[in-house]
Amino acid sequence: MTTTAPHTDLGKTSGPTAPRRPPRRPGSLVRALPLTPAVVLLLLFLAGPIAYCVYIAFTDLQLTGQAQDSFVGFENFTRAFGDEAFLNAVWLTLVFTVLSSLVGQNTLGLALAALMRRASKPVRTLTGGIVVTAWVLPEVVAGFLLYAFFRREGTLNAVLDQLHLPAQNWLFTLPILAVSFANVWRGTAFSMLVYSAALNEIPKEITEAAEVDGAGGWRRLWHITLPMIRRSIGTNLMLNTLQTLSVFGLIWVMTRGGPGGRSQTLPLFMYEQAFQNSLIGYGTAVALLLLLVGSLFSLVYLRLLRTEV
Amino acid sequence: MRPTAAFTPLLALALAATTLTACGGGSGSGPDTVKVSFKQSTDNSVKVMDTYLADVKKQFEKAHPGKKVELVPIKAPDSEYYTKLQQMLRSPKTAPDLVYEDTFLINSDITSGYLKPLDPYLAKWPDWNRFIDTAKAAAKGEDGKTYGVPDGTDTRGLWFSKDIFARAGLPADWQPKTWKDVLTAARTIKQKVPGVIPLNVYTGKPVGEAATMQTFEMLLYGTNDGLTDPLYDKASKKWIAGGQGFEDALGFVETVYQEKLGPDVSDALDPNVMTRVRGEWLPKGRLGIALDGSWLPQDWLPGSGHEWPEWSEELGLAAMPTQHGQAPGEVSMSGGWTWSIPAKAGNPDLAFAFIKTMQTKANAQKWYVANSGIAVREDVARDPEYVTAQPGIKFFTDLVRHTHYRPAYPAYPKVSTAIQEAMEGVTTGDMSVDEATSTYVDALQDATDNQVVER
Repeated sequence: MTTTAPHTDLGKTSGPTAPRRPPRRPGSLVRALPLTPAVVLLLLFLAGPIAYCVYIAFTDLQLTGQAQDSFVGFENFTRAFGDEAFLNAVWLTLVFTVLSSLVGQNTLGLALAALMRRASKPVRTLTGGIVVTAWVLPEVVAGFLLYAFFRREGTLNAVLDQLHLPAQNWLFTLPILAVSFANVWRGTAFSMLVYSAALNEIPKEITEAAEVDGAGGWRRLWHITLPMIRRSIGTNLMLNTLQTLSVFGLIWVMTRGGPGGRSQTLPLFMYEQAFQNSLIGYGTAVALLLLLVGSLFSLVYLRLLRTEV
Repeated sequence: MRPTAAFTPLLALALAATTLTACGGGSGSGPDTVKVSFKQSTDNSVKVMDTYLADVKKQFEKAHPGKKVELVPIKAPDSEYYTKLQQMLRSPKTAPDLVYEDTFLINSDITSGYLKPLDPYLAKWPDWNRFIDTAKAAAKGEDGKTYGVPDGTDTRGLWFSKDIFARAGLPADWQPKTWKDVLTAARTIKQKVPGVIPLNVYTGKPVGEAATMQTFEMLLYGTNDGLTDPLYDKASKKWIAGGQGFEDALGFVETVYQEKLGPDVSDALDPNVMTRVRGEWLPKGRLGIALDGSWLPQDWLPGSGHEWPEWSEELGLAAMPTQHGQAPGEVSMSGGWTWSIPAKAGNPDLAFAFIKTMQTKANAQKWYVANSGIAVREDVARDPEYVTAQPGIKFFTDLVRHTHYRPAYPAYPKVSTAIQEAMEGVTTGDMSVDEATSTYVDALQDATDNQVVER
């Protein structure tokens, strides 16, 4: 079964011009017929479970330990906002997303893409290869690698020791920073690829003209490059953020959300509630709230994209 | 429009309809087949259960001509196995005839109405009288009925390194009488044998139930008369909020970590610490005393990846003492698994016949030994062949006399999490014992819908 990619109204990420679609004619109902199977399948396998999830979020359904579940209205949601562990998870999710996606992956990806344009081919191939390798590694493998890097007897501390800098157990002292770094390490490749493609779209004449006019590197970046790849930035931020919001395996392997919940982001909190405490209803409600957080981010990006240069 | 166009949506509908109904095509086992689901090890080289069940299946089919046994393995780590099983139990279409249940969650499943009471069957089964009373209670519901037949149990005690003890000037036949003795030994090791970890007690959420059961309950259940349950009041069916024993047990954990008698706090709160204790610290002589379970030698058997055949010479065993040495003098916690029949099972009678075949004296004994389990049949526990099958078996089997089962009622998993949080608080030093206890009481009220009683 194939699924269609979700269509986002991000505008086109390539090319400044594209042919306009002809207006739809009446009688296109017949032409919509071939779409029916796909629509039916989507409704059955996508919309159905989602609707069921929304329903569950308003019940006190438990996986085990209860004779009968009942409809409880907004109780799960009010409970969440009174739950310190939940608020802690929301805060950590924001920290994790801003640090690793907005700041880390995005900036580093752009920097790498820009530097690689000027590099020689072998350097480009090598760097690209390494970065992409980190990206294609299974999440669990990446998690273990970085666990080995950060732990007290790990690589990082061995290096710091050599430099006579104080070593510490990073997973214990700064767990959220450690997992954020891990996510940057793993996810930067995606941003790099998006930005490489976007930078290649910038016509050479414009950059050359600016150079002739005497614009320095930073000014060129600020006034030409960034505005020209604005759409790609938006798309990349959106995809990145949504991916980062749902990171589970990486954090699970590295810290299990600990110590003391100091790296327990919303997906880990959800898992704990639904599968370790069997509170399926509450866990699902939290999942919906996570969805809300994601859509808030998306809305902000869409606003940023709307203004035409 | 081509005439075939109308077929497409019809076809899609038909396709969807068949796909959806195929998911619930019935369990397909006739009246002569008993479906047995069990937890298969995630380690492909471990086939202990598969081999054992295949053997019992052969015996059963021979003794019951015309009947078939269908084995349904579920390959998953514990927590995911529970989830999968609970989903299977929800519908008669997917419910097997016989399931393997962990005593940690069995009461939750009883409350959910997933399981069938076995009392009518047990009344007509003479072997049931051979089972030890404490083990019989492992699968008792709040309604007093029995919902499972235990296939063995486990106990917990103190493992210690004879080499480190010798260097610290401690006796090779060490048997502490009180908590204080345990701490004194750890302090002696810290003082005289630098560079080793004196004492390991699991703590905090990363290790989960291991912290609650191997450490906290091993302490808590040694704080009173050894008869009443310090965590749950059976008479009023309420959970007990804190109390002196609770604070003392937390205080013990606090002492271990604040005096640096345990591993480095960051190591203790590392989710992989259990693997390190078994695979690294104990075998390499880096740990003096470990409060841990009877199953440890499983990890040191041939083919385990870190064989350690000398463990029985290099490690000593001691029972965990009660707090002040009060009777019965020693304490142990027990868990284990039971065979249960789902409420929605198609062939419950046949399923119980299969349990009877599994739990004959000979088969039960075979299983205890293969699985490093502790016997729950008293006739096996006395059998010299069983007692000498592996070093340590006698020691851990003797602990069954004074063992306790967790009050694994539906709220227990949440109560356990609350305990782990309190332990973590005193381990990191973020909280004092008082603060951690009052936080626990709050969490307890939340987890149990205020079914809480003060002591």
